[in-house]
Amino acid sequence: MVKSKNDIAFEILVLLIITLVGLACLIPILFVISYSLTPMEEMLRNGGFSLIPRNITFSAYKQMLNDPTLMNAMKVSAFITIVGTAANLVVTLMLAYPLSRSYLPGRKVFVQLIVFTMIFSAGTIPTYLIVKATGILNTLWALILPSLVAVYNFIVMKAFFEGLPNDLFESARIDGAGEFKILFSIVLPLSLPIVTTISLYYAVAHWNVYTAAILYIQDTKLMPLQVILRRMINSASTGDLNIDDEIPPETLRMAAVCIATAPIVIIYPFIQKYFVKGTLAGAVKG
Amino acid sequence: MAQVQPYRPQYKQLPLTRRFWRAIRQYWPLYVMLIPGMLFFLVYKYAPMYGIQIAFKNYSLKKGISGSPWLTETGKPLLYWFQRFFKTPQSRQIISNTLVLSLSKLLVGMLPPLIFALAISECSFKRYSRVIQTVSYLPHFLSWVIIYGICATMLGETSGVINNLFKKLGWNTVPFLNSSKYIRGVLVGSSLWQSIGWSSIVYLAAIAGIDTSMYEAATIDGCGRFRQIWYITLPNLGRIFVVLLITKVGNILDGGFNQVYVFMNDRVRASAEIIDTWVYTQGLGKAQYSLTTAVGLMKSVLSCGLVLGTNALARKWDSSLW
Repeated sequence: MVKSKNDIAFEILVLLIITLVGLACLIPILFVISYSLTPMEEMLRNGGFSLIPRNITFSAYKQMLNDPTLMNAMKVSAFITIVGTAANLVVTLMLAYPLSRSYLPGRKVFVQLIVFTMIFSAGTIPTYLIVKATGILNTLWALILPSLVAVYNFIVMKAFFEGLPNDLFESARIDGAGEFKILFSIVLPLSLPIVTTISLYYAVAHWNVYTAAILYIQDTKLMPLQVILRRMINSASTGDLNIDDEIPPETLRMAAVCIATAPIVIIYPFIQKYFVKGTLAGAVKG
Repeated sequence: MAQVQPYRPQYKQLPLTRRFWRAIRQYWPLYVMLIPGMLFFLVYKYAPMYGIQIAFKNYSLKKGISGSPWLTETGKPLLYWFQRFFKTPQSRQIISNTLVLSLSKLLVGMLPPLIFALAISECSFKRYSRVIQTVSYLPHFLSWVIIYGICATMLGETSGVINNLFKKLGWNTVPFLNSSKYIRGVLVGSSLWQSIGWSSIVYLAAIAGIDTSMYEAATIDGCGRFRQIWYITLPNLGRIFVVLLITKVGNILDGGFNQVYVFMNDRVRASAEIIDTWVYTQGLGKAQYSLTTAVGLMKSVLSCGLVLGTNALARKWDSSLW
């Protein structure tokens, strides 16, 4: 096909736009990485940081990986991510499966009760008072139980289950399988892509949790990663950081940022197709 | 289907209590499954609604939600806390901050994902565009604290990338993160940065759904690619664009607590304090439970109305125009 001048101009414009967006998304992240590797002498020589430092040092990482506060926060976040996601998943499955069965009497009422909480919320303070009343304030359960089911994830999962025909379960029922067995040995294996997507949504939410932590956790030992990280970034006086002459404070801070982001960035390329599937499932439904 | 529920045909004729027991007897395992989830909604979503009453009470921690006296019992008007809020000097400021912030996020965040999606779908180098897409989704999964760290690197005053450049050019440094003049721009910009790739997914899906024969016909008629976008793609995206826009308007009272709170410091408070951050600092920080519950209630009721209204509007657009 012969391309006209206009078509070539069009191609160039398109390439320009997507390259620009790609660079805009990537460059700040690359700068963070290069900051985290820059030693003090390099910074002084250049009068500041540069995108590609000539000398790099991993001592900031060494120091941060031995930092008891940061490592404790990593453990806390790992715990709530694993336990929290498992709990989210089991409860969401057990909610979405029955409510996806069109013959279940009363299912409309249950669904409406659930969706209503998406439209109207009691607000921060009354929720705080209930969390307090249930006795989980200042425990890790406060980061798990008050966010046990995300309504959006429930809707996506229910929509997927609605697509599974009833006949599929009939033979199992005739063979005497209970509903729990049907859910965990027939429905679950058939729905792996959507279940993976939803668990990843939950896991990322737990790893990134901030609001619930500043609301419900006072004990520094129980604070998840993001809260500790925010303090470290902000410590202008660097009270939380041990400064020495070899590593600039920015380098230490950005090393902490990189360590906290590493789990997400490492698994991201493998899981991103699942994420996209999830939003599309939601978009089609919504 | 008929064998699955043999009772179904007569079901509706039975009295309600019999229907209830029959449903329980027949489907009890399914109802048992619902228990943990429904218990969660009951305790952490509906029980707090009972707590809303403290907006009309003189709440004290000692006496608890039910035990605290109603405002009228203490000789104050029932809407005392609402009046108190509007009398506080900051009330105007935080309401306008919330609206300005979320409106600018909405306006700035509207077109770029659409343009990006168009460019991605028109790009002939599929492998390249797929890499760019993957990169552009990444910020969506970073927490606001991480993004704040990234902003500190890029925009920090003493050692940020941009200010280093300014210094080299001999210009004055700009306190992007520490001045009430720039903070809104930073908030809007970082939220665009976070969402541009992810928000484009919906448009890409819509573009993929357009009938390709329209483009073929247009090409035969000698229609260039700019015109194809203008006359075929954009009209086909109009519906989803308007629906998304309307849905976003429903969330206008939400400035994004997490982001704003992470970026907050005393130097930017004047232009960054939004309703939710104010409720948090006044409510939990200064134990003004009743006052902040009242403000939160006001926000919830207005939001609920907005969401319902805009949803109805979106549905009307959805069915009537295209």
